[in-house]
Parts: sequence; structure tokens; C-alpha cells
Amino acid sequence: MQKALKKYFPIFALPTVLAFIVGFIAPFLMGIYLSFCKFRTVTNATFNGFENYSKAFANQDFLNALVFTVKFTVVSVVTINVLSFLLALLLTKGIKGTNVFRTVFFMPNLIGGIVLGYIWQLIINGVLLKFVGQDIYYNANYGFWGLIVLMNWQQIGYMMIIYVAGIQNVPGELIEAAKIDGASPWQILKSVTIPMVMSSVTICIFLTLTNSFKLFDQNLALTAGLPARKTAMLALDIYNTFYGRIGWEGVGQAKAVVFFIIVAVISLTQLVATRSKEVEN
Amino acid sequence: MARSKKEKDLDLVESPVVTGSQGIVLTIFLTFLSVLFLVPIIVVFINSFKSKLYISDQPFKFPNADTFVGLRNYTDGAVKIGIFQSMGWSLFITVSSVIVIVFLTAMTAWVITRIKSKFTSILYFLFSFSMIVPFQMVMFTLTFIANRLHLDNPVGIIFIYLGFGSGLSVFMFSGFVKSVPIAMEEAAMIDGCTPIQTFFHIVFPMLKPTAITIAILNAMWIWNDYLLPYLVLGTERKTIPIAIQYLRGGYGSVDMGAMMAMLVLAIIPIIVFYLSCQKYIIKGVVAGAVKG
Repeated sequence: MQKALKKYFPIFALPTVLAFIVGFIAPFLMGIYLSFCKFRTVTNATFNGFENYSKAFANQDFLNALVFTVKFTVVSVVTINVLSFLLALLLTKGIKGTNVFRTVFFMPNLIGGIVLGYIWQLIINGVLLKFVGQDIYYNANYGFWGLIVLMNWQQIGYMMIIYVAGIQNVPGELIEAAKIDGASPWQILKSVTIPMVMSSVTICIFLTLTNSFKLFDQNLALTAGLPARKTAMLALDIYNTFYGRIGWEGVGQAKAVVFFIIVAVISLTQLVATRSKEVEN
Repeated sequence: MARSKKEKDLDLVESPVVTGSQGIVLTIFLTFLSVLFLVPIIVVFINSFKSKLYISDQPFKFPNADTFVGLRNYTDGAVKIGIFQSMGWSLFITVSSVIVIVFLTAMTAWVITRIKSKFTSILYFLFSFSMIVPFQMVMFTLTFIANRLHLDNPVGIIFIYLGFGSGLSVFMFSGFVKSVPIAMEEAAMIDGCTPIQTFFHIVFPMLKPTAITIAILNAMWIWNDYLLPYLVLGTERKTIPIAIQYLRGGYGSVDMGAMMAMLVLAIIPIIVFYLSCQKYIIKGVVAGAVKG
């Protein structure tokens, strides 16, 4: 079988491999190389060592974006996971209409980031104009909390479904035994349910972590970084550097490499975390 | 159904299923929460029938005789950004890319899993590696390559989606192929099937559940994707997200009426798709999360 398959390998794999080289391998390698170059259009690149990186780290916009992104990620990971876990607990009580509720809570997840951004811009501006007389572009805090609300609205339903699956897998006997031993509902939650759904918790935390960290569309549509780039996250700052500042393409690419390294570290941590969980079980 | 019955049987001492007044309170609370979840969409819908002058200031008011404009926002918006052409482009690019990705990556995953060599292991590693690379990393160079190779059109972009999206799909298909017993494939080949016949008659039917998951994950990604098509196609042939962003324009004032109407039109296909394949979507998304 190996022999026959090897003969047919090009028919099966060549189109995908070619597309993969064009759509990923080549741009990735060029991207690494260009982060050490000064260039305008790729073809006229000249090597300049670590200059792009030192420029990137001296760039106040980039540092602001980094701080803003980290803050946003921490707050959204905590809020989304707490709220979606609570919702999952309520939806596993077996009350009527659970399926309808699930359908509604999950739906925002399917709407694209650009559309989501403009929906929430209307709502948030409506509320802000009514109560404080300013719009979302006026104060960076409005943009920050606006993005948090938007992100929660989009992601809670998704995480809730993963938590529901986890909670449903907790054996009834365990809860039963705890009850017979006289455990209160709070103790059962703390000492039985939560430890039993830790793998769902790991999955959801890392999903929200990477989703929040890489956010772009929602950021572009809701605030576009305003006021004065104060609400621009890393992905938007990289975009602005590439396409908004002539002569800074190399710096944009260096920022992109830094961004990639941070995302890769988060992903590898996740891999280690899930692997070690598997061993424990 | 079977599950809840089993639970009840197990919990004779004290049922965990909330009943009576507690259940009613919970139902009311969740109903309230569901309505709250739908409010943003309802508000956009209501405002899409109001004159553009009355939207930003008072989005929470219903249209009245003065502010109601019928379908004018819809016709204005449709003319401004060509939303129906955009729907066509979005549909064409999404459907073609998903079909191409599902078939070609399934074929690739099968051979690189079944052929054991250094080369296939390296390929598998590279596909998996590409999953952790954010788009911003390749954004500039990919756009350059797409222009140079004349892939900057709605057909060429399918090839780019196959390339950039193959990582997750090959990874998920490979995971499933590993769990399929090889005996049936070997039997088919001994009986004289070519690898192509073996794949389409034996292997692909077994991969079907994974294929549905992968189709849904890719469809959601490509349908909603903004940056890649914007950079590759520009604003001449706009997909829906590009059209919406195009309506926002620069820093000038936005036609809020048209914006509301176009948001409604952008959401409708998603809701229809969701309600008609909800089961597969939720399953697919969860499977994707657990594996990815």
C-alpha cells in the first residue's frame, strides 16, 4: 500500500502543498527576513539588522497597544469565563426551554467582527450620549469597556456550550455521594463539579486568551483606535504601521514577528497545559 | 431525553433538576437574559427604518410618523455599496473555498498520514505549526505574493484560502485518519482499487463527520473574514465585511440609515444558515475548539 500511495502522492497532496507554500511558507519566511530589512515594496529590501526591532520597541504606539491588549485580554478572559460558566450551570438544571436559550446565547458568535463592531457602536453611543453626552471616540475608557462588552456578547455563548458539555460529563454518582455525605450545593460546586470540568476550563481559557489577544475586526469597527490610537490593539497597530506610515514597513514587519512570538508562546503553553492534564487523568 | 431520564433515576434522594417555583424563577431570569442578548440586533433592525438624522441621537426610540422612512435606507445603502453584488461575491468565495479546502486537505491528510517517511512528518509538522501563526505575521508578504502571481481576484483568492487555511484542516483530518483502521483500505487496494478509488469509496465516506466540522469552521471564517480579502481584492469587488467597512469610509460622517439597513442585510444570511444547520454548527464549533 505504501508503494502505491507514494506513486499517487503528487495527485493527492501537490495542490494543497503548492497552495501552502504560496499562502503560508513563502510569506512566513519572507516576513522573518524582511523584519531585518528596510523596504517599501519587498523588492527593494536592504538589510539593516535589528534596527526595525529597536524602532518598534521605542515606538510609543506599539507599547500602548501592547499594554492595552494585555489589559483587555486579562479582563475579557476573566469576565467571559466566569459568566459563561455561570450560564452553563443554569442551563444544566434541566428546565424547559433550555435549547431555545442555548440557541439565542450562541448566535452572536456567528456574526463577523466588522458587523458586530458597528452594531455595538450604535448601542454604546446611544447609551453614552444619553447619560454623559459624549461618544465612544471621546474617551479611551469607553472604547476599552465597549470592547469588553462586545467580546462578552460574542464569546459567552460559545464558551457556555463547551462548559455545558463538561458539566454534563460529571458522573451523577459523584454528586450523589457528596450529597449523602452532607455537602452543601456550594461545596459540591467547589469540590466536585469544578475539579471535574478542569479540562473544559483549560480549553476555554486558552480560546478566550488567543481570541482576545489577536482581536482585529471588532477593534477596527468599534473604535478604529480612537481617540488618538489609545484604543488600538496590537493587530490594529501592526496594520497601521504597515499601511499608515510610509517608510515604516520594516518596523511593521518587526512588530508582526514580536506579535507572532507572543501568540506562539501562548499556544505552546496551552499544549503543555493540556498534555499534563491528560497525564494526570 | 434519555439522559435526563437517567439522571432522574439516579437522583431519587433529591433531584438536581430544578422544579416548582425555583424553576419558574430560573426560566423567567433566562428568558430576560435571552431578550437582553437579542436587544442589540433588534435595535439595529428598528433603526433601519428610521431617518438617518434620528439614529445616532435616539437609537432606543421607535420610529414615528416623522422619523419613519420605510425601505429608503435599504435602497440607499444597496446603491451605495452594492450589497447584493457583495453577497454574491461572499457566497461564491466562501462556497468554492470550502469545497476546495474540504476535498484537497482530506486527500492530503490521508496520504501524509498513511505514508510514513521523514518528508511526510515534516509536512505534518509544518501544517500544524501554521495554526499558531497569526495573520498579521504574513499579511504584507502574502499580499505581495498574491499580486505578483495574479491571484488578486475572486478565483485566485480561493487558492490563497486553501494555502493559509490548510493547516487546521489537514491537522484535524489527520487526527481522524489515524483513528480509522487501515485494514479496509488495504483490502480495497488488494481487490484492485487504485488509491483514488480507495479514497473516494472507502476513506472519504468515513471522514464525513470531520468533513462537516471542517466545512463549517472554514465557512464561518471565510464568510466573516475582512482583512485578507480587503488586502488581496481591494474595494473593487467587495465581500460583505468589506462593503460594510467601505460604508463607514474615512473620518467623514456616516450615513447611519444605510449602515443600519446594511447591517440587517449582513446578519440575515447568517441567522438563516444558523437556524437551518444549528445542530452541525454547534457540534462542529465545539469539536473544532477541543481539537484545535
